[in-house]
Amino acid sequence: MAAHTLPIFKSNIMKKKTILLLSCAILFATALIYAADHIDAPGVTETTSDITDFYAFQSPENNSNIVFVANLQGLLSPSASAGATFDENVMVEFNIDTNDDAVEDLVIQCTFENGMVTAYGPVAPVSTGTSSTLVTSANTVSTNITAYGSNASIGNQNGVKLFAGPRDDPFFMDFAQYGEIIAGNASSFNDPGTDTFAGTNVMSVVIEVPKSMIGGSGTINTWVTSNRKQ
Amino acid sequence: MMKSINKKTAIVAVAAILALTMISCKNDDTTPEMPSMYTQEDQMGRPAINTVFVGSSMKDNFNTTAPSAQGAAYQSAFEARLLALNPNYSTNALGLDAATFTTVLATDVLSVSLDGTTTFFDGTNVLTGRALADDVISVELLLIFGGSDGSENPGLTDDHVDSNDKAFLTTFPYLASPW
Repeated sequence: MAAHTLPIFKSNIMKKKTILLLSCAILFATALIYAADHIDAPGVTETTSDITDFYAFQSPENNSNIVFVANLQGLLSPSASAGATFDENVMVEFNIDTNDDAVEDLVIQCTFENGMVTAYGPVAPVSTGTSSTLVTSANTVSTNITAYGSNASIGNQNGVKLFAGPRDDPFFMDFAQYGEIIAGNASSFNDPGTDTFAGTNVMSVVIEVPKSMIGGSGTINTWVTSNRKQ
Repeated sequence: MMKSINKKTAIVAVAAILALTMISCKNDDTTPEMPSMYTQEDQMGRPAINTVFVGSSMKDNFNTTAPSAQGAAYQSAFEARLLALNPNYSTNALGLDAATFTTVLATDVLSVSLDGTTTFFDGTNVLTGRALADDVISVELLLIFGGSDGSENPGLTDDHVDSNDKAFLTTFPYLASPW
């Protein structure tokens, strides 16, 4: 439909919008879950392996590095954050595809044990796909998991930096109004909107690696997975 | 005679016990630890893809399907979902028709440039990464509802939450301290 339409067609547009909104409502009535990936699926919702978000960007401190961020366990209130922990049976894996076939050529595997976080890699995986084996022969960096209210503990080894602990959720969105639109109770977003994730925390893993360790130049494909120990 | 046999038996038994003990000690010292095996439970590439495009009955399956298999398994469902969301969808601001757009989305990986600016969209660069401050939801709303020039469905193309509630850090680990 053209953006600029004569007034005579307005009622028709309104009807179409109503139909559109009703379609939305039907489609998403059973799927009122938090974006970006917050509480996205019944199998992991409100578990210690629930990934809420994933970021990958050039380091603000060093143009030769890339930063990966995995956030887990969304919508933690400040009072719940002090008691939040990483699951020792969950391994967080950053996957890196360097030849554009959506298959991981390199992985960075993060484990949590006895108050410490350890990252293995970047290293070629033992196998690809949805089963993983910890590559214990890889280079590692470790540091204390940062406690709520403490200064960030940062590991730094072989040019790789590592952090794990509670952080402010960097995601922002008027999810509540999105829900109202999808439910058919509103026809548009508000201006200004309200950040549903304001004042909430997540459990974050942040790792910064030299680009030379993950392909050097060109474009990589990346994704993060959470994996439970067998 | 009987005594001597008994003694010999005792000696052999003691030797056997010692040997077993030594073997088991040796095992403790040299046997490599069993490799730690893991099974995938959740995954994510681009923001909000599972949330918006995957039907509730398929969400767990999507989370445990390797990206290389997602395109074939989910593209048609994504296209149906896109056209249900926006029945007037023709192309978006990237010039992608419904089939092409959902082909890109169904393989849920985040592409990241190793050669410069990394952003979901900054007005110039498109899908070269995802930085903390990127307003990814408004970008996705625009691509779903905004039409070829971004002007369609203006009430649905921006949630008007444009930035985080806490300033990001300029140094590692970049994310703000918790509330």
